[in-house]
Amino acid sequence: MGRVGKKRSIDLGFRLGTGAFALVLVVIVCAIGFELTRQSMLSIEKFGFDFWRTEVWDPVAGQFGALPFIWGTLYSSLLALAIATPIALGIAVFISELCPNWLRQPLVFLTELLAAIPSIVYGLWGIFVLVPAVRAFETSMPSALRQLPMFSGPPLGVGMLAAGVILAIMVIPFTSSVAREVLKSVPAAQREGAYALGATRFEAIRAAVYFARTGIIGAVMLGFGRALGETMAVTMVIGNNPKISASLFAPQYTMAAVLANEFTEADTELYLNALIEIGLVLFVITLVVNSLSRLLIWSMARPARQDAAAVVVPAAESAA
Amino acid sequence: MTGMISTGGRKVMSSLFVALCTLSVLIALVPLAFVLFFVISEGVQALNFDFFTKMPKPVGETGGGMANAIVGTLMVTGLGSMFAIPIGIMSGVYMSEYAGTRFASLVRFAADTLNGVPSIVIGVFVYGIAVLPFKQFSALAGGLALGVMMIPIIARTTEELLLLVPGTMREGALALGATHARAVFSVVLPAALPGIVTGVVLALARIAGETAPLLFTAFSNRYFTTSLRQPIGTLTVMVFTYAISPYKDWHRQAWAGALVLVSIVLLCSLLARFATRKIEGLHSN
Amino acid sequence: MLQTAVPLPSPAAVPSLPVAPAPAPDTAAKITASGLDFYYGPRRVLEQITLQMRRNEVTALIGPSGCGKSTFLRTLNRMNDIVPGARVEGSVVLDGRDIYAAAVDVVDLRRRVGMVFQKSNPFPKSIFDNVAYGLRINRMTRSREDLEGRVEASLRSAALWDEVKDRLHTSALALSGGQQQRLCIARALAVEPEVLLMDEPASALDPIATQRIEELIYQLKSRYTIVIVTHNMQQAARVSDVTAFFWLGRLVETGLTTKIFTAPAQKLTEDYITGRFG
Repeated sequence: MGRVGKKRSIDLGFRLGTGAFALVLVVIVCAIGFELTRQSMLSIEKFGFDFWRTEVWDPVAGQFGALPFIWGTLYSSLLALAIATPIALGIAVFISELCPNWLRQPLVFLTELLAAIPSIVYGLWGIFVLVPAVRAFETSMPSALRQLPMFSGPPLGVGMLAAGVILAIMVIPFTSSVAREVLKSVPAAQREGAYALGATRFEAIRAAVYFARTGIIGAVMLGFGRALGETMAVTMVIGNNPKISASLFAPQYTMAAVLANEFTEADTELYLNALIEIGLVLFVITLVVNSLSRLLIWSMARPARQDAAAVVVPAAESAA
Repeated sequence: MTGMISTGGRKVMSSLFVALCTLSVLIALVPLAFVLFFVISEGVQALNFDFFTKMPKPVGETGGGMANAIVGTLMVTGLGSMFAIPIGIMSGVYMSEYAGTRFASLVRFAADTLNGVPSIVIGVFVYGIAVLPFKQFSALAGGLALGVMMIPIIARTTEELLLLVPGTMREGALALGATHARAVFSVVLPAALPGIVTGVVLALARIAGETAPLLFTAFSNRYFTTSLRQPIGTLTVMVFTYAISPYKDWHRQAWAGALVLVSIVLLCSLLARFATRKIEGLHSN
Repeated sequence: MLQTAVPLPSPAAVPSLPVAPAPAPDTAAKITASGLDFYYGPRRVLEQITLQMRRNEVTALIGPSGCGKSTFLRTLNRMNDIVPGARVEGSVVLDGRDIYAAAVDVVDLRRRVGMVFQKSNPFPKSIFDNVAYGLRINRMTRSREDLEGRVEASLRSAALWDEVKDRLHTSALALSGGQQQRLCIARALAVEPEVLLMDEPASALDPIATQRIEELIYQLKSRYTIVIVTHNMQQAARVSDVTAFFWLGRLVETGLTTKIFTAPAQKLTEDYITGRFG
């Protein structure tokens, strides 16, 4: 009986022991939310919702409005998404559907390498290579086009365009690798079904992509989540100017960049609290975006295996 | 006849689509080639023995190196893995062994959430818990920040690899009278170990290249230190500082730093790829 | 003069013979399942199984796929415990004790009731370490020599020793399929089980390897109680003493193998054995 008790307690101990380590993960996530809220109370109480509605960021005067950062973050991330999505999906389709077998592994490796290069290296490259190139592009633009609000302002090189491009480069590997996984989970019967109905390669792939659409939207959103929180490279090329502008050429600012630049300079309690509040909101936004995208990817990967046959009809219709 | 024409149109469409997909691959590879080209060509010119052995020179003087920052990066990533490897592997074991339970789903959700938290936010969080209370930037705080980033990566990798170990192996051990714990630690975990090591190496490579979470935890330091309680310089933060500085010689050194960082990443990726091949060979047996 | 008469027992005083327990206890029975029901969640996959498995005999469980024979086998060492939602009713008695009783140590039970799986599952360790695994975790050896001796004995019992004695410390994964399966048998034998459960041990092997496993089973039965699940009629006929035919979660018929294969009592059994279905 004693021996029985001992062995039982080993298994219970195993469960509790590993469970305790696992609990650390949950605790960290909760602690992040808690800690960021606690440390930004001063700013939350003082400004309330105005913090997110006003656009004056003047630490000296104690005025903190975060709108320019939100604007800059959303603008740069959406711009990056607009550039990255078609390319990333093209890559995913190419690797999973078109590419010859011998080329697949090397291509996967190269896209993974694109994801593995540190942000700071992209930033360095951005400052010394990309920004001058963007400046040349801006200068060479015909003045008629320069009248448009999208292209207004002096051709500095640093600014929204450079940030969008560099973010796009960094997001492409994420989106394409998730999209590739999602496409892999599409049953072969989907494509075969389409081919059997006389579909061309394009139509068969379109059927597969249609089948995987929720997952692909998830992949794109996951890339969006990455772009929102990306810090170093953006900080180095966006120009760091808290001014809302529609222009692609204007230097602007993002939430992550203001944290990177000003955090150690915050000389008053309120200033620091305002910055931490920005961190809190960044945390909440990325949490929501990531959870949503995972939900989409997950909902796609699940039923795919069960009713593979049932979806052939709508997929074929969409191809027609 | 009309049918023929429409088929022709569809075929053209199909070829166009294939061409566009191929084009997008090329478009994505262009920046990769450009980044690698500049990092290598600029970096090789700047990299010399001094970079690894000398300390930074005072502002304005040329020469010197980043010896302190290299040691700093090693220390901070080392500290981070000391936190993260045990927690990550054990949580991974929990998630795979008790996969069906609610708590495991919660942990999985927490890991994915943590993985998606911007690294700069991790920095802010660790500033709040490990810098502010002691009024001191420190190597320890930097290590903690990197550790927090590593945990979810290692946990999820471990979980996935453990789930790949055939259930028959676990059953085999149980059928011989092993306790659950024993079966996991003596059979399942060792079977997955090469893969887990690969995952840890990749996580290390990724974490060694992080800058944002270190900016206000480890902060920076132009002097040599190995103290856990002092601010410490790291390669990435140093590259950042040098890159945005107005000095030509610092730019040169920033490129050298970038080359070192990229080499680390490249080396780890190649190593991991090689290891993965070997493991796959083993499993197919 | 009164003789102390030896009192004659009056007929009434003769103690009546003790009432014999209804079915005489079969002393040869090693494991007995009685009225066993098995559920996966709400689904009942075994229904009222009653079966005795006797010492030094090979009991073969046959039946079409999904009939519950493997599930039944796995109730005998409680391997189903690790399946979420699995539930057992009824009893399985091993040497007079119900293995599903609360006080039973599952871990010790599994040492006493060894198991060999359908697909050989050597651990990714050396041949030696595979066989030594159970000895080590159950702390069954006193010294290195003792350990080596037992490993050798087990490998000999499994008829593998001569093939591997020169490469004991190489990876078990390098062995052929048939050798791997015999290694798994050696591994199971090393912990000195009393019962050996075999779940289609030869189904993944070629005919020659299969033959070797069958010869091995024949040799092992003098020392163990063996229960084997098989898909292969001829195999059941060759190796077993008793055959139990399962169909849709029920035990249709059980009896001496010679009888089951020559004159089954049930029409269903006959149809299955003659290959009319399944």
